[in-house]
Amino acid sequence: MSIQVKNINHVYNKGLPDETAALVDISFEIIDGEFVGIIGHTGSGKSTLLQHLNGLLKPDDGQIIVGDTDITASGASMLEIRRKVGLVFQYPEYQLFEETVAADVAFGPKNLGLTQEEIDDRVRTAIELVGLDYDDIKDKSPFDLSGGQKRRVAIAGVIAMRPEVLILDEPTAGLDPQAHQDVLSMVRKIHEGDTSIIILVSHNMNDIAQLSDRVLVMDEGRMVMNGTPKEVFSRGDELEAMGLDLPDVTCLMRDLRSRGLNVPTDIFTEYEAEQAICKVIKGQEEKA
Amino acid sequence: MVRDITLGQYFPGESWVHRLDPRTKIIVSLTYIVALFILHTFIGFAFATVVLIAAIAISKVPPKFILRGLKPIFLIIIFTFVLNLFMYPGDVLWHLGFLKITEQGLYKAVFLAVRLVLLIIGSSMLTLTTRPISLTDGIESLLKPAAKVGVPAHELAMMMTIALRFIPTLLEETDKIMKAQQARGADFETGNILNRAKNLIPILVPLFISAFRIAQDMAMAMEARCYRGGEHRTRMNAMHYGKSDALVFVLTALFVGLCVLERMYI
Ligand SMILES: Nc1ncnc2c1ncn2[C@@H]1O[C@H](COP(=O)(O)OP(=O)(O)O)[C@@H](O)[C@H]1O
Ligand SMILES: [Mg+2]
Repeated sequence: MSIQVKNINHVYNKGLPDETAALVDISFEIIDGEFVGIIGHTGSGKSTLLQHLNGLLKPDDGQIIVGDTDITASGASMLEIRRKVGLVFQYPEYQLFEETVAADVAFGPKNLGLTQEEIDDRVRTAIELVGLDYDDIKDKSPFDLSGGQKRRVAIAGVIAMRPEVLILDEPTAGLDPQAHQDVLSMVRKIHEGDTSIIILVSHNMNDIAQLSDRVLVMDEGRMVMNGTPKEVFSRGDELEAMGLDLPDVTCLMRDLRSRGLNVPTDIFTEYEAEQAICKVIKGQEEKA
Repeated sequence: MVRDITLGQYFPGESWVHRLDPRTKIIVSLTYIVALFILHTFIGFAFATVVLIAAIAISKVPPKFILRGLKPIFLIIIFTFVLNLFMYPGDVLWHLGFLKITEQGLYKAVFLAVRLVLLIIGSSMLTLTTRPISLTDGIESLLKPAAKVGVPAHELAMMMTIALRFIPTLLEETDKIMKAQQARGADFETGNILNRAKNLIPILVPLFISAFRIAQDMAMAMEARCYRGGEHRTRMNAMHYGKSDALVFVLTALFVGLCVLERMYI
């Protein structure tokens, strides 16, 4: 499974006063097994881009190829694309509607026309995969759950479709620190499972730096950077000019450097930082 | 998409129409609607159309914006058109099996479709060129006589503003929810009527929940700022009838006069 996006453009409300060029000549490729992080200021076009990847929006021109299907072609089967590419929207808990958690999670698999046994099996696996107790929660109303639990049930609803590509639009927005960590470790677990590609949009640079194999940076509808976290986060000044943060550790290293400590600044894990700082301090002690 | 519906939306601008007193615009729009029911010939409608086009031109609202808002309502228009076209008794022009089109049916169908289009565009001109807040103030002021006999004028006007204010928000919400359910494989475009109605549940339930949440937040925010409607509220911008309003009233009177003449003599 791979994804190729070739020169896509998307303009909202063409020809009207509120015309917005949401995507401008975007091209990139995602290979099998990759974990891709997307960052960008609010309104930079991230959500618009994600909706193109499972055919909810059509580009004005350009091409999107998922696996070996051209999803921008007119005859493409939407159901097939939705099965391959699962998209979890921002605040997905607002899409819950069924009377019980199990019924809500079953909505996707049912639409795929699976057998009842297959559906039940998928629902159980998905609920367990998002870290909830199936027997305990299956008959509860989704509206009686806590915020973090609701979010996880909503994500389970997409996972139950067993997509090969899972896209998450700011899945941790508005969660408390504990729920935030739960969702992240869940995403990690899903990546280790059957889902081969994960695309994660987040404003939390620590998460992006730690999880991603590659980071795409959006700015005003354009893709301005595409590289490993090391490559992207070493361009801190450019990111700051776009109104984006850096991972906490990278900030610390830049701060130390600006105060005269000769440490590298392309670091974003605590472990690497510790190593680098120790090395510099040792070097100073030896000199003294 | 759902988000294209512009019914009840405000189109920001500084045109002469925008600057008219909201009360003038409310009265004129109502008069226009009544006039559409006075008119009974296509000549009359042609006249009403010219008047409407002139108003649109002066308001500087792009016709494309207005037409886009009409798109979702086309379904209703087409429905009434087809219904009238095939259901009206009279001299048969054309028939296929049990379907027949009569001369009178065709006339009636076109006539009603034109009236409906004028009606919708005419009334949307009011909301397109008037800020919701001014609209409320206008309604409240016009209802003042009724308030004396116990009609809750302020509350009614406030409810209307809030409703108008939240049309775009709820449409946006609907769009989001539809997309989220489509991402889970829901299909809103095919199937028979029964299936389609059933398919609405995954949209309507979350939409109602969102609406209640928004309403609750709104009520809380208003209460936190000590809102307690009704008596003794003053306005930041007091309304005044000006020379333009006088001119508009004269023109409206003329328009109604001509419409009545059309009814009586054509
Ligand atoms: N349905 C829509 N209709 C019109 N404009 C939209 C719509 N969705 C998004 N936009 C506009 O497109 C731009 C990109 O939005 P979005 O993709 O949501 O950005 P992000 O997810 O990065 O915050 C913004 O300027 C936004 O206002
Ligand atoms: Mg977004």
